[in-house]
Amino acid sequence: MAMDAADIERLIKEGLPDAEVTIQDLKGDGDHYAATVVSSAFAGKTRVQQHQLVYQALQGRMGNELHALALQTSAPDGA
Amino acid sequence: MSDNPVNDRIQSEIDENSVVLFMKGNPMMPQCGFSAAITQVLTQMEVKFKGIDVLADDELRQGIKEFSSWPTIPQLYVKGEFVGGCDIVREMYENGELKELLDNKGVEYAS
Repeated sequence: MAMDAADIERLIKEGLPDAEVTIQDLKGDGDHYAATVVSSAFAGKTRVQQHQLVYQALQGRMGNELHALALQTSAPDGA
Repeated sequence: MSDNPVNDRIQSEIDENSVVLFMKGNPMMPQCGFSAAITQVLTQMEVKFKGIDVLADDELRQGIKEFSSWPTIPQLYVKGEFVGGCDIVREMYENGELKELLDNKGVEYAS
């Protein structure tokens, strides 16, 4: 039921091609991650919409295989 | 009224209660760390809220995810508007946005 950090990063980048993604495995158990995602797709969007874009990129895995992913999203400076 | 009874139930809960937390467990005894974290924030702010335990109702547990287009629980609603899950609420609490939102929406605090 766990996911690799590399898989999470790959899926996010497939969904948001310009994204800069940093992933931390919080407990070292492959199940609790924190991700920072910076993408121009977030410009002008609310935080809820930004997180929804990341969840869409994860194609239904969030809340299933992926139990815990603390998200921090932002648009790049100047976007 | 839609033809989806779960959606109707969710809609009436968020219409009738100014602050609703869809959570695992209840406010007295949250069953998940993320639900506990939001409960703690709201309790600390002395906000009156209704906690709805999705673990007690599988239809609701799935239904709320579709209703909000949000894959995880907890989910916080203020005056019918989806505010976010644990990360967003915590961030908004820390930078003061949550207080601002609650004040702007005229939410009641416990006296």
